[in-house]
Amino acid sequence: MKKLKVMSILVYTESENGKLKKAALEVVSYAKAVADQMGTSVTAVAVNADNAETLGNYGASKVLLVKDESIQAFNAKKYAAILESAAKNEGAKVVVVSASANSKYLAPLLAVGLGAGYVSNVVAAPSSVSPFTVKHSTFTNKAFANTEITTDVKIVGLSNNSFGLVESDGSASVEDFSPSVPESGVTVESVDKATDKVSIADAEIVVSGGRGLKGPENWGMVEELAEVLGAATACSKPVSDLGWRPHSEHVGQTGKPVASNLYIAIGISGAIQHLAGINSSKVKVVINTDPEAPFFKAADYGVVGDAFEVVPKLIEKLKAFKAANA
Amino acid sequence: MHSKIQIIIFIFVHKKKTFKVNHFYMKILVCISHVPDTTSKINFTDNDTKFDTNGVQYVINPNDEFGLTRAMWFKEKQGASVDVVNVGGPETEPTLRKALAIGADSAIRVNTPATDGYAVAKQLAKVVNDGGYDLVIAGRESIDYNGNMVPGMLAAMIDANFVTNCISLEVDGTSAKATREIDGGKETVSTSLPLVIGGQKGLVEESDLRIPNMRGIMMARKKPLSVVEPTETNAETNVVSFEKPAPKGAVKLVDADNIDELVSLLHNEAKVI
Repeated sequence: MKKLKVMSILVYTESENGKLKKAALEVVSYAKAVADQMGTSVTAVAVNADNAETLGNYGASKVLLVKDESIQAFNAKKYAAILESAAKNEGAKVVVVSASANSKYLAPLLAVGLGAGYVSNVVAAPSSVSPFTVKHSTFTNKAFANTEITTDVKIVGLSNNSFGLVESDGSASVEDFSPSVPESGVTVESVDKATDKVSIADAEIVVSGGRGLKGPENWGMVEELAEVLGAATACSKPVSDLGWRPHSEHVGQTGKPVASNLYIAIGISGAIQHLAGINSSKVKVVINTDPEAPFFKAADYGVVGDAFEVVPKLIEKLKAFKAANA
Repeated sequence: MHSKIQIIIFIFVHKKKTFKVNHFYMKILVCISHVPDTTSKINFTDNDTKFDTNGVQYVINPNDEFGLTRAMWFKEKQGASVDVVNVGGPETEPTLRKALAIGADSAIRVNTPATDGYAVAKQLAKVVNDGGYDLVIAGRESIDYNGNMVPGMLAAMIDANFVTNCISLEVDGTSAKATREIDGGKETVSTSLPLVIGGQKGLVEESDLRIPNMRGIMMARKKPLSVVEPTETNAETNVVSFEKPAPKGAVKLVDADNIDELVSLLHNEAKVI
């Protein structure tokens, strides 16, 4: 019988316009931890990425690099097929993906293709690799579950900012990879994306405004604060329902989840649905006139005060801080 | 004065005209998860292995409700049938009845507990294949398990086109145009039926959601709700235990006149700036 190859951990490393995303470095760091637990190595799969060898700095020993102009635009079915081929070639038993919109789009397709059990929103390295058990958020961040994946091949979807970047002193060999890619019945017609703004999913800091800001005309200071911090802007549900801000900024249980390092809530009272959506953020700051606002119970730091006075002061102090630490 | 026959002919001709514009009558299936209301306190029992349903109100999963409302729009404006389906025990029937009261034509309950995303998708795949649906709309995720996997797995199992995080959907004949949310923006795609959609807010607006009226509730009692037995399948994942986030320490209050202190805490203590 033919001896099986080393069953490496496969990881999907995303890039945008050739540049590897921060989440790609985080999933590689995570995959390296899993590989160490299982006594194997990490193989990354990247599509049209430049500088793929840098993945070696985070623990990948091999990168399978797909260079194909015809798949410049993300397509879930095609990308899932690429990962499926790679996983089969490598005999991978574990595949790690991020929590980006695109990774969450392709992972269920890949799971069916590989006959693999899939757990998303994973927040920590496996507590055990046999049985393979991972901790993930559930009930929209109101709780965690420890879930066992019972299939031979497993897919882990890692929550953003949950594991962090861990540098490694290895290096990665980059190999060209050109699997056959199937036709897809879904074609991208147009993309509407602000290139100069940080997205909520990618952001390390999110600045969010609520009804306490009284009207859309008052968002200038929220945007300025976000700019000073290099943060994404977000809002509460009532604000998006009122049409003050686009739906895409709505964070909370029925909106987007936030898993940033710092979340600053301005004029948001902190309804249970809102708190659920932002619970995965590490440090929460609330600025609100009402000391009884429920957000104060969920926050790490709070300022009881008028946003229209506090926020401009905060902007001024942060600018001074930045200038001093530049 | 019109005779009865004239009226019938008028309705017939009128309906026929509607069909001509849209080529064919779309069969839509909307997948409905039965989930705790968004205000629910989440607790666990049996040594933290089971969700505590005590005192919990159940609702249609919000992401599914946006999809159901969009399906009703297709039914009313373009001509379509709308069935709803849930995989679960008898306790989910009031949620299915609510979907019927909102306007779905009939409901199907696959009589088995929803063990994991894969097992649910497998049951749904059988319902879709048996029913010959053109369009399946499911929420992108349920607000309890948040797996983000059922619609995609279902699409892969039945080999249908798939668009998730969908915030707008138009169907013309067998062609479809959908917009999906991507990180930091949105993307418009063209595709075709058969199609599976992972829906969310944006498919319709919050203000378009319908509260069932008395007539709808009365009619829902008479609409068919069929219970089908599950196909054989095994879950691929298995929850060993639940835990709640560690209780948080008290908030550190900073005086509004001392914002320097906040900046210093965020830098030196929290180390986030």
